[in-house]
Amino acid sequence: MISVKNISVSYKKENEKRLFKKSREIVIEDLSFSLDKGECLGILGESGSGKSTLGKVICGLLKPDCGDVFINGAPLYENKKNKKKCLVSVVFQDYTSSTNPRMPVREIIAESFSKTGKENKKDDILNRTISYLTAVGLSAEYLNRFPHELSGGQLQRVCIARALATHAEIIVFDEAISSLDAHTQVQIMDLLKEIQIEKNLTYIFITHDLTSVTYFCDRINFLYKGTFVEEIKVSKLSDVSNNYAKKLLYSVL
Amino acid sequence: MIVYIIKRILVSILLIFAVTFICFVFINMIPSDPAEVVLRVRQTPIITEEAIKEVTQALGLDDPYFIRYLKWLRNCLRLDFGVSYINPSRTVWGEFTRTLPDTILLALSSLIIVIIVSIPTGFFCAIFKDSLFDRVVRILVFATTSMPAYVVGLLLMWLISYRLKLLPTSGSGGFRHIIMPSITIAMTYISTYIRLIRNNMLENMKEDYVVYAKVRGLNPWRISIFHILKNSLQSCMVAIGMSIPQLISGTMVVENVFAWPGLGKLCIASIFNRDYPIIQLYILFVGILFVLFNLIFDILQHLADPRIRSLS
Repeated sequence: MISVKNISVSYKKENEKRLFKKSREIVIEDLSFSLDKGECLGILGESGSGKSTLGKVICGLLKPDCGDVFINGAPLYENKKNKKKCLVSVVFQDYTSSTNPRMPVREIIAESFSKTGKENKKDDILNRTISYLTAVGLSAEYLNRFPHELSGGQLQRVCIARALATHAEIIVFDEAISSLDAHTQVQIMDLLKEIQIEKNLTYIFITHDLTSVTYFCDRINFLYKGTFVEEIKVSKLSDVSNNYAKKLLYSVL
Repeated sequence: MIVYIIKRILVSILLIFAVTFICFVFINMIPSDPAEVVLRVRQTPIITEEAIKEVTQALGLDDPYFIRYLKWLRNCLRLDFGVSYINPSRTVWGEFTRTLPDTILLALSSLIIVIIVSIPTGFFCAIFKDSLFDRVVRILVFATTSMPAYVVGLLLMWLISYRLKLLPTSGSGGFRHIIMPSITIAMTYISTYIRLIRNNMLENMKEDYVVYAKVRGLNPWRISIFHILKNSLQSCMVAIGMSIPQLISGTMVVENVFAWPGLGKLCIASIFNRDYPIIQLYILFVGILFVLFNLIFDILQHLADPRIRSLS
């Protein structure tokens, strides 16, 4: 379904005092992994380990220095048409800033699928928008509300509905539930699990929170300083061998 | 929302009264006797004390200060602003209504030019940031911002009328006459709004919802127009709205450069002739204009932004 092959990403060092020829800082180095349809991969790492950068690369937002992301065998960056197909969707941590404050929920969701032009009739668009809202546990009464009129959990549900509405088969969750309270986190995770089984979606769950990853991921990749230090199945989590992975695991237990 | 609008209207009415008072006080602070000015303007050969007294009584200038203000205010509400000192056969209101349409025509045509030029230019400058187009526009913007309107006007006159002989240098009477003064007035505003729209759009481009729209594979033009430009224009709306009274009041210099028979030209002539009633009405008009447009665009911004709308 998706395979990331030998990607490396570096940024210009901004705080350097040199005017010209700024040196580059490697954020991700020669990283590879692959994921089958319907699988859920957790990418776990501390702040600054390159998690969000990896998320951006997978979504097609950041071209890596080398390597590529292959979706159903087709390279994402080599072929510009692939980027337009919207094969990957994303749910960000900051639900407030990731929604246009001047757009009602109806437009936020409908924009994702009406771009194809297939849904021309107003009624079709409305019915489908309601169906996506219902899928994330919200009723039609939220259609005309604006982002500031919703709670954190409700808005994050709208963001998930929007991600689903793109018809993407792969969804990246970049710290998507970190800023929610524990109760809402569990609700959202249950919802995501339900949707994944129903639609056979592929999830990539980027987070620093081990608990949420173990809740519904099949595999976990431990990311440390831009490289995967260990890849392990959730069922065999106690067998971790890498010191960093062990440390991260014991800090939670 | 209705409560907010009523509140704003009441505040604006109070503000208009404050404007009338300041306007009256300022005109009366001018260190010259209006009665004497009237006599001089009417070319009275010998100005005697009796003549000044007579005119003072006729104009009601011997009443107490506050009574004079109240009388003036009452007359203002009846649209009676007195007669012109220069030409007593003409009323101030008559002079005002005679010249106002020309000024509004000039301001309106300038506003159309400002909108037509600055929105697309600012938009493309932001979309193609740091491109050759953006750099050239930035240089032009810098040049026009640093040049006063009358310099731009004179340069246009020299180039278009004198050298190229394409348009008349001054006066009014047709479409050809309005082109140059409109462009001159619009020039300063164009450069301001190009910068405003460009910078606002660049700020909006960094927003997460724009990044997310890109991830969803939305058409880049759709993102630029519906997410970036729309939000930027709503932020710039008040600034653009407030430029309307600025345009109307700012035509003064340009009207004189191009001999455009508008309100600004009348006001300058009145300043030179010390025709206080006309100056007074002009100040009052501009003050009310600013208060009104501030009110209108404040309400419009509330209607346009759902966040502010729900707060109020």
